[in-house]
Amino acid sequence: MAKHVELKNHLREIFYFRLRLAISIGFVLLLLAILLVRFIYLQAVRHDYYQTLAESNRISIVPIVPNRGLILDRNGVVLAHNYSGYTLEITPNKTANLEAAINELSTLVEITPKDRKRFNKLLAERRNFETLMIRNRLSDEEVARFAAQQYRFPGVEIKARLFRDYPYGAKTAHLIGYIGRINQTDVEQLEENDLAANYRGSDYIGKTGLEQSYESELHGATGMEQVEVDSGGRAVRMLSRTPPSSGNTLVLSIDAKLQEIAEQAFGNYRGALVAIDPNNGEVLAFVSKPGYDPSLFIDGIDTQSWDELNNSPDHPLNNRALRGQYPPGSTVKPFMALAGLYYNTRSPDRTISDPGYFNLPGSSHQYRDWKKDGHGSVDMFKSIVISCDTYYYGLATEMGIDNISSFLSRFGFGKKTGLDLEGETSGLLPSQEWKLKRYQQKWYPGDTVSVGIGQGYNLVTPMQLAYATATLANNGVGYKPHLVREVRSSRSHENRLIENKSAFDLQIAAAHLDLVKRAMAAVTQPGGTAAQAAAGAPYRMAGKTGTAQVVGIKQGEKYDASKLDERHRDHAWFIAFAPAEQPKIALVVLAENGGHGGSTAAPIARKVLDYYLLGKVPQPLPDLSDKEVEEHD
Amino acid sequence: MTKRQLWLRFIAHLDLPLLLGIGLLMLTSLVVLYSADNASWGRPLSQMINIAVALTCMWLIANLPLHYLMRTAVPVYLLGMALLIGVALFGEISHGARRWLNLGVTTIQPSELMKIGVPLMMAWYFEKHEATLTLKNYFVAALLLLMPVALIARQPDLGTALLISASGFYVLFLAGLSWRVMGGLLVAALASAPVLWSMLHDYQRHRILMLFDPSQDALGKGYHTIQATIAVGSGGILGKGYLNGTQTHLDFLPERTTDFIFAVYSEEFGLLGNLILLGLYVLVIGRGFVITANASTYFTRLMAGSITLTFATYAFVNMGMVSGILPVVGVPLPLVSYGGTSMLTLLLGFGMLMSIETHQKLVKT
Repeated sequence: MAKHVELKNHLREIFYFRLRLAISIGFVLLLLAILLVRFIYLQAVRHDYYQTLAESNRISIVPIVPNRGLILDRNGVVLAHNYSGYTLEITPNKTANLEAAINELSTLVEITPKDRKRFNKLLAERRNFETLMIRNRLSDEEVARFAAQQYRFPGVEIKARLFRDYPYGAKTAHLIGYIGRINQTDVEQLEENDLAANYRGSDYIGKTGLEQSYESELHGATGMEQVEVDSGGRAVRMLSRTPPSSGNTLVLSIDAKLQEIAEQAFGNYRGALVAIDPNNGEVLAFVSKPGYDPSLFIDGIDTQSWDELNNSPDHPLNNRALRGQYPPGSTVKPFMALAGLYYNTRSPDRTISDPGYFNLPGSSHQYRDWKKDGHGSVDMFKSIVISCDTYYYGLATEMGIDNISSFLSRFGFGKKTGLDLEGETSGLLPSQEWKLKRYQQKWYPGDTVSVGIGQGYNLVTPMQLAYATATLANNGVGYKPHLVREVRSSRSHENRLIENKSAFDLQIAAAHLDLVKRAMAAVTQPGGTAAQAAAGAPYRMAGKTGTAQVVGIKQGEKYDASKLDERHRDHAWFIAFAPAEQPKIALVVLAENGGHGGSTAAPIARKVLDYYLLGKVPQPLPDLSDKEVEEHD
Repeated sequence: MTKRQLWLRFIAHLDLPLLLGIGLLMLTSLVVLYSADNASWGRPLSQMINIAVALTCMWLIANLPLHYLMRTAVPVYLLGMALLIGVALFGEISHGARRWLNLGVTTIQPSELMKIGVPLMMAWYFEKHEATLTLKNYFVAALLLLMPVALIARQPDLGTALLISASGFYVLFLAGLSWRVMGGLLVAALASAPVLWSMLHDYQRHRILMLFDPSQDALGKGYHTIQATIAVGSGGILGKGYLNGTQTHLDFLPERTTDFIFAVYSEEFGLLGNLILLGLYVLVIGRGFVITANASTYFTRLMAGSITLTFATYAFVNMGMVSGILPVVGVPLPLVSYGGTSMLTLLLGFGMLMSIETHQKLVKT
């Protein structure tokens, strides 16, 4: 009986399976029928239509590369633009013996070893059927000479192309950046972001600086032309055209003249300067010295120039303003003072007696003041004016590292400012957790002492310090800094203002701000550490000097700049805002190995402020005016 | 043993009608590749190597008795899952998707393995629980399918994910999933479509939208569809003749040795050629259905049915894509497109079909 049931079930199962199989076969037949109908439709019904298309296919779609957007300063001064010029290009697939062809070419137009090296590099990284540039910026005469002999060079042609030019060259290199040829990594990136179609035909893409950050605005939309081609692929007739739309124009908040003056004020010093309008976060000048010639990179830099730049002890490729991380030195003191007031650690009028050093309780280790015999009796106001170290050793110890970290982070220390340039570093705001994680060591009281004068584990970027200074100048209301002020659309003539709505009020008590700002104003008055640099200015300037140690000094030893190797000398800092009552500009100057902030960095700041507030151009400035002066004498 | 005996033993586990269909399709592949590669022997020669390797593997699988085949189900599936998780964690990104796993020596694409691994595992699972099938078992089987599919869809490789879903669904369908549940699933799928849409990557949405209007993106992906449709349409009834396709030889057709090889064939051999090609596919698919109908155990029935239906689906999806009725999802034309991996995967499947057919014959007699 049982066997019978099982058998029946088995048969029923087979039956159901066969039913399902029959349905499956029906399904496959349906799919086949769909295909068959489609084939008949395409190949029999619509054949004539597609036949015509195929015959005139011969229709080729040619991308038209849009003009890259311009970059202007706040007054309309051009910082990046395009100009047209002639290049000599080779299609490797159509040229039998490249080496021989290039040698032959060099009898007609000048081809330097650099050109050859660049060509070989392009050859190594080329994409399919690309024409490769052997020479750019041909003169009219060279064009004419080659044109007459062109028949001898199959696969070599003259092309008119747009070139990118940066009129301010090295002065804006770290700001504007540069474009370069699209490489394999860029291609993958573009494909990932589904932008490959818009870059068909494009050879260049922003590689660093604003050219990179604003690539999507600057590139524009690629147009296309449907052209009829003959069997050799030559265009004979244009059928339709979708014009490209040029990239958008960037209008920066940078003042090119201010940038230039700042750049030159550095003289031979390496360093960085960032100036911000504290009322809205607009960056007015952004300097990193030394710069480099951005045009070298556009068509691929040759090895020799690359080695020179890369191995230079001056590190010209390093964007110091954005990525350089330095101990803040005494420039951190105004912020420390605010913290002390905020946590009520020290009242403004409490004085300490400065013997010239500081001891932690129960330790004989002396933390020295920069002034050997001390400053005598010091209150908070005076501590900023004369930059008393002992005062801040004690203040920091009393506050503790946790409070210091939490207060300073509100001013943006240890965080990226969010500037619209890629590659910003975040500095370092040390804390107990950080040290444990980084060094597997607990935080010692001595660590806090050094942090008090900006000389411990803490590191800042000039950009960061500029943001903090601007926020202080604007009474604790911070704006996210930005370089681009306006994006002008090429299509709709609409201008998009990049307004700063991201104001962030730190809610610092007015009385605290008032004390610290008054003290900073006194720094530039007789008796202050930057009195000399500010002497005779018709506006009031508030500031704070700073000196960042590059090498440590042993107990009992004295810092003597003349004995130290130049690159081991201290870095000079100066932070400032002016006019002190109603700040219009806040800035940071860092002069690497410049020694004292008051004597090296503050005079640079003075020149920048003089121009920005008074329109005064420092003398002697450009080479041109030097010559004029000589002629008059 | 005489030579004749050796030969008989060699072919004992090969299914000759199936082999005939496969062989003719492979021959077509070589002929079309020669034209697609601009009358050069480069691609056809390396395709011959692909074919040789794949045929050898097919022969080995065909000689493997069924209980061995069943025993591989769990390890293959687990290996596939481990590799997929490996890809999700450490995979290499190529063209914006994480599909490949670098093993130092070679890179592999584990989703290929799962084209066989998933139906194998599901069929094994149903066989295990044959006597006491309840709705719960279908649910577990569906889960076995959805886990790898989700991982593959996330890579993202939507095409492969859909095809593996199809092969798994065929197992569920043949295993007797009730119509009511399928109806419910269909309703649920339609209801969840907007949610799925929002989960798709931009480029996938773009591809689907482009299907309705390829001219929108004539510089980018629409170009493929436009040019392929022109190629097929201009082929006409008799085709332009071998090596005479203008679309092919004037460089208008993209990816013409791989995903778009059907356009080359169709342009040169026309509607007549297409009918012959469909005929060859019908031969292979039909034989697959016969083997399925003859299969004696639950496992073999499900496996054979799924392999056959999946093969049919591949062919339909590719030809549909090239002729402009399906989105461009990156599925090769089975047995014809250039490529070693897909050739190997397909022939592993056919090896199983042959094993199913020939081993039970021996049991019967």
